[in-house]
Amino acid sequence: MDRLQEKLKILADAAKYDVSCSSSGSKRKNNGGIGDASSSGICHTYTEDGRCVSLLKILLTNHCIYDCAFCVSRKSNDVKRAAFTVEEVVELTMNFYRRNYIEGLFLSSGIFKNADYTMERLLLIVKKLRSEQRYNGYIHLKTIPGASEELIKEAGLYVDRMSINLELPTEAGLKMLAPEKDHNAVRKPLAFVQQEIHALKSESKLIKHKPQFVPAGQSTQMVIGATPESDFEIMNVAQEFYKSYNLKRVYYSGYIPINNQNSLLPQIGSPPPLIRENRLYQTDWLLRFYDFQLEEILHSDFQQLDLDIDPKLSWALRNPQYFPIDINTSTYKEIIRIPGVGRQSALKIIRARQFGKLHEYQVIKMGIAFKRARHFMICADTPMRLGEQSMIAVKQQITGNSSTKQQQLISSVSQLTLF
Amino acid sequence: MQFYLFDNTYLGLLTAVFECFERREWSAVPVLHSQHHPSIFDQDRIIVTDEEKAKRVHDGLIQRCNKQQVNDFYRAFLSEDPQAWNALFKIIVQIFHRDSAILQNYGDTHILYYTQTLKKVSRERHRMKAFVRFEKSSDHLYYALIDPDFNVLPLVVDFFRKRYADQHWLIYDVKRNYGILYDQSTTQEVQLSKTEQKDLNTVGLHVSLDDTENKYQTLWQQYFKSTNIEARRNIKLHLQHVPKRYWKYLTEKRTTYIR
Repeated sequence: MDRLQEKLKILADAAKYDVSCSSSGSKRKNNGGIGDASSSGICHTYTEDGRCVSLLKILLTNHCIYDCAFCVSRKSNDVKRAAFTVEEVVELTMNFYRRNYIEGLFLSSGIFKNADYTMERLLLIVKKLRSEQRYNGYIHLKTIPGASEELIKEAGLYVDRMSINLELPTEAGLKMLAPEKDHNAVRKPLAFVQQEIHALKSESKLIKHKPQFVPAGQSTQMVIGATPESDFEIMNVAQEFYKSYNLKRVYYSGYIPINNQNSLLPQIGSPPPLIRENRLYQTDWLLRFYDFQLEEILHSDFQQLDLDIDPKLSWALRNPQYFPIDINTSTYKEIIRIPGVGRQSALKIIRARQFGKLHEYQVIKMGIAFKRARHFMICADTPMRLGEQSMIAVKQQITGNSSTKQQQLISSVSQLTLF
Repeated sequence: MQFYLFDNTYLGLLTAVFECFERREWSAVPVLHSQHHPSIFDQDRIIVTDEEKAKRVHDGLIQRCNKQQVNDFYRAFLSEDPQAWNALFKIIVQIFHRDSAILQNYGDTHILYYTQTLKKVSRERHRMKAFVRFEKSSDHLYYALIDPDFNVLPLVVDFFRKRYADQHWLIYDVKRNYGILYDQSTTQEVQLSKTEQKDLNTVGLHVSLDDTENKYQTLWQQYFKSTNIEARRNIKLHLQHVPKRYWKYLTEKRTTYIR
């Protein structure tokens, strides 16, 4: 294995726990060079864990002055260290891009010497790509906590997305596992970039050729399951960050045990909380696209999402008073609240019913999850139900007659915790 | 049954619509001339593709539908699916009888089938944007072979032309035996002979690879392997996103080992 390949092995491995993969949201055009950004993003392949590969996701180096217990690159961890040169990153990006392997570059780094020194190197790479290579593909750059505002501002002129990770959902968790860090070091740059984006937007009505500044916006990530926060706490933090910094995405990354040195963390061999992670993403979607309020899904008396059913179904079972919903007369907002009916199907229903009342055989084919949805909706030919149906019976009917992989997983997990 | 035998072109299908109105034969079903087996109970009519007639139908559609809808008719045609062609034919006839609002009648069998076909074609089109893997030849041509489920190559040309504006490239559909060649200014359709096609597949005869090609293929395979998280292994999901039929053209899946 040659040295470049070995570096790639080490520095891709170290970067892979950053789950952000999105290459969407930018409309950068190809002006006389190579590459452009696809506004919907493109996943070029998927690894054997089922995650999408859109960007070349690497660290510039995994040398780091910090010692965060949850991080594989922490100072005290005994791993092979490596560092790319600026030229190597440029060369890899361009050669992968020209072969249509990737949508662009996701560049992060361990912190060596100090924040500004690291940020300067990252800036050098993105500048070289844009100016020397005339590269117009996607660039996602991690903001280095503690880097100066001048450097962050300059980087923003070259990249499509910037992000900085919260790492742990609460300050208390962070104190426990990464005492050198705090949430303020994350909030400050997020706020600064948000201000700059906003300033440019209000200014740009006056300027004809406005410079692009972080056109695909900002995102952040939280590690789930390393510290004992409840789902309610996690979603509260996410919602606050969406609101305060106008984030495009909050990512939830189920913690994967990487060492047994810290007894506060889940130990090697305990499975990553994949179902919980999925439920958090579903909740995130309900809040952003289905017009749900967080308090409807989670509140102080209901802090943990169900693992065996999705959060919309869970909400519906707890709120039978809203159902059944008549799809021939209800509004779009009401129809998307039916478990098993998504936004696309709801739109189809709204449009198609102008041509006559819809029957069950018609909506079944429109792509809804009828097995779930049928308990909560009325079509033109749905027989009258006498009295209220028991939601316990409904849940049993939905979950009972299918032995899904998830249920098996859940039961195996709960069996494990008994011992 | 009244069959309209056409020639596997979009213009042929539009000509069939024209003929259907001229003869008021509303129950006509379009089928491929080459695949049709005549029967004594059927009435067959051979449709001779006529650009003038097709254009009149096309212009009529432009007046009645928006740009996206007109493009969609062509996209659905590229599905190469006889049932979708029939649905498309019936829908276009309906649009002339009524208006384009009928496209939203998802409770109707034809409309639903047409909509689902469009979705499939669009998914395949998106896959080709993602799954094309260029290899660089020693004379600096970036070339890729594809074998898509539908005839979607015409739908991605613009995408590749804009993105890879400064490099020579060739994307070749081996199933339908044609490709698009780009020379840094224009694109053109090309057809390779059987031997030329074989050469592209078995490198070393006429096509020789650029010196760095193997290096970057190996690096890409290394990256693909290293960015995977073993603790999250989920082969079912992997296969759902990257179906096996595409593997032979995907650099990262072509060999399971790293050379």
